[in-house]
Amino acid sequence: MRRFFDRHPFWSLVIALLVAFFIWAIFAPWPPGMEAWAGRKKIFLNAVFNGITLGALYFFVASGFTLIFGLMKNVNLAHGSLYMLGGYIGYEVANTTGWWILSFVAAFIVVGLLGIILQYVVFRRMEGEDLKQTLVTIGISIVLADIMLWIWGGEFYQILAPGWLSGPVELPLVTAVKSSGELVYLKYPIVRLVILLAAIVVGILMWLALNRTRIGMLVRAGVDDRDMLSATGVRIQRVFVLVFAFGAGLAGVAGVVGGTFQSIAPGEDTRFLLASLVVVIVGGMGSIPGAALGAVIIGLAEQIGSVYFPTYAVVLTFLIMVLVLAFRPQGLITSGR
Amino acid sequence: MALGENTDRYPVRSGERPFEWWDLSNIPAQYWIVGAFLIILPLFASDFVLFQIFGWAFILGMIALSLMFLAGYGGMVSLVQLTVAGVAAYMTAIFGSSAVDTISLGWSWWLTIPIALVIAVIFGTISGALAVRTEGIYTIMITLAIAAAFFYFTRQNYTLFNGFSGFNQVLPPEIFGVNWRSPVAFYYLALFWAFAAYLLVLYVARAPFGLALQGIRDNPRRMAALGFNVTAHRIAAYAFASLIAGIGGILNVWLNGQISPGAISVGPAIDILVIAVVGGIAHPIGPFIGALIFVILRTFALDVLVSVGLAGERFNLLIGIGFLVIVFWSSDGVLGLWKRWRENAGKRDPLTGRPTDGGAG
Repeated sequence: MRRFFDRHPFWSLVIALLVAFFIWAIFAPWPPGMEAWAGRKKIFLNAVFNGITLGALYFFVASGFTLIFGLMKNVNLAHGSLYMLGGYIGYEVANTTGWWILSFVAAFIVVGLLGIILQYVVFRRMEGEDLKQTLVTIGISIVLADIMLWIWGGEFYQILAPGWLSGPVELPLVTAVKSSGELVYLKYPIVRLVILLAAIVVGILMWLALNRTRIGMLVRAGVDDRDMLSATGVRIQRVFVLVFAFGAGLAGVAGVVGGTFQSIAPGEDTRFLLASLVVVIVGGMGSIPGAALGAVIIGLAEQIGSVYFPTYAVVLTFLIMVLVLAFRPQGLITSGR
Repeated sequence: MALGENTDRYPVRSGERPFEWWDLSNIPAQYWIVGAFLIILPLFASDFVLFQIFGWAFILGMIALSLMFLAGYGGMVSLVQLTVAGVAAYMTAIFGSSAVDTISLGWSWWLTIPIALVIAVIFGTISGALAVRTEGIYTIMITLAIAAAFFYFTRQNYTLFNGFSGFNQVLPPEIFGVNWRSPVAFYYLALFWAFAAYLLVLYVARAPFGLALQGIRDNPRRMAALGFNVTAHRIAAYAFASLIAGIGGILNVWLNGQISPGAISVGPAIDILVIAVVGGIAHPIGPFIGALIFVILRTFALDVLVSVGLAGERFNLLIGIGFLVIVFWSSDGVLGLWKRWRENAGKRDPLTGRPTDGGAG
């Protein structure tokens, strides 16, 4: 970060000013003149919060994707299917037991087990054959999508959050000032905030696990040079299986999250596969902080875009990806070196 | 074995008469048989077979051929080819005539088609310029992202692309008094362009440009050291492939009579990859074989599935499992399987092509 500042003082200043303006726009009550050209503050705040919470969901999906890619250099294009499977399993569990929390555990375990099977049966046999792995995962995603369509049909499923999480909560953010001088505060669904919090906690835990534990050390060493790591006597296949299971399990958890604040239906798999692709391309392959940054940027771009220029929202997301590719093909945050 | 693929035929050197392009005696008999069969097919095949099976297979084959050119000769697996075809189709509908006369400009065909092709080529070239900044697996991801972005864009944009419903009644013009949408005429039209694209790819593959491209595929660093502009060659390959995909796209919109975002979404884009891979990406005939298999499966899988007691919607399961099996067993698709079978049956040495009965040579 300091190196970036030293190299590009002008751009750092521009970015700092933009971020400062953004933070001011979130916290300060808007002067009357501003609402004339920027619309109501409530809409803006809602877009920002929706964007950040959507970013939290994207982070859940993309962090597993980027972890698997970073370590094993294979692109698991069935990741979206794992996400959707997690959502369906979460729905079934939440529906039969009535325990919302339990659905996360179930989705994590079942999808993680599927990940282990995938790693053993598929990826282990074609290590280093990039194209073959990609094609096989495409095939798997076609098959999985059709099996899920077979079992659950084409309906929309929504996982209901428990009672204590439903309803809005008032946030200490002023959206407007009434003529009487009374301040109006933002109301926001509590479940989304809890999920945002959970994403932050998971992100920090993952960062700690990667940087402060022995397993994390092995994973990081594997990302840098897996041949050298296996030459030092580490059983790298075990690390692979572990990471694959964890990444797949995260996708399953993301499915439950997505099923709670959006819905699960056929087609969501490609949508979230693409979202995680874009997030990972923008943030930087194989980097957890990169996935977090990319997820927030893409989530914000999608939501703010869909509020202020609805027709071109997708193009905005795409434009960000193109700009990143043009100026920093390796992504905003590169892992390691 | 394949048309002009025999390397021992080509280097005609001293003592023999030089090879001339009009000399057709080198073409193997299989090609004459297949060609004659395709030409006389309308005599005995039904309109449905001509139009919905062979017409569609030629078109899908052309779009997959453009992918095969990039993947097989350039080493770049691009998922954007169907989107390029979709751009050409949309432009045909926008500049030409369709039922949505508020958007369609209604220009005549000799203006519409070149414009559509030029725009498709520009789109494909720009996508390629973005994609070649990365290598291998990243190319797949970026082209997939471009394809998806264009799909969502056309679905949301109503002023230019008419959103979800797209354009219908996009019909081919009546040139020389022929109704080009009648099955026989369309069959020959699609056959002509598919054959032209096939020959063009064969020619380019052994022209200096194609050879340089294959060199870049095998060792970009060495080619750069030899003075070849690696990036420019790759982008040019995208431009060339876009032209073929664009022609396929225009034929496709005429075949279906309509174009909508659903036709260019991620699923069909992956279908094109499946077609190319199942057919085989080592030779330009592969995509057409793959397309024919795909179309036949898509048309008749329903009946087959129902007859064995499964629901007809499980078509994708069949395709997916078939694709998995082929990818697992042969990285070269049906062509590779066939080649391997021939080698096993004839007990030929894979290096020299001679029978290996006399022991190791």
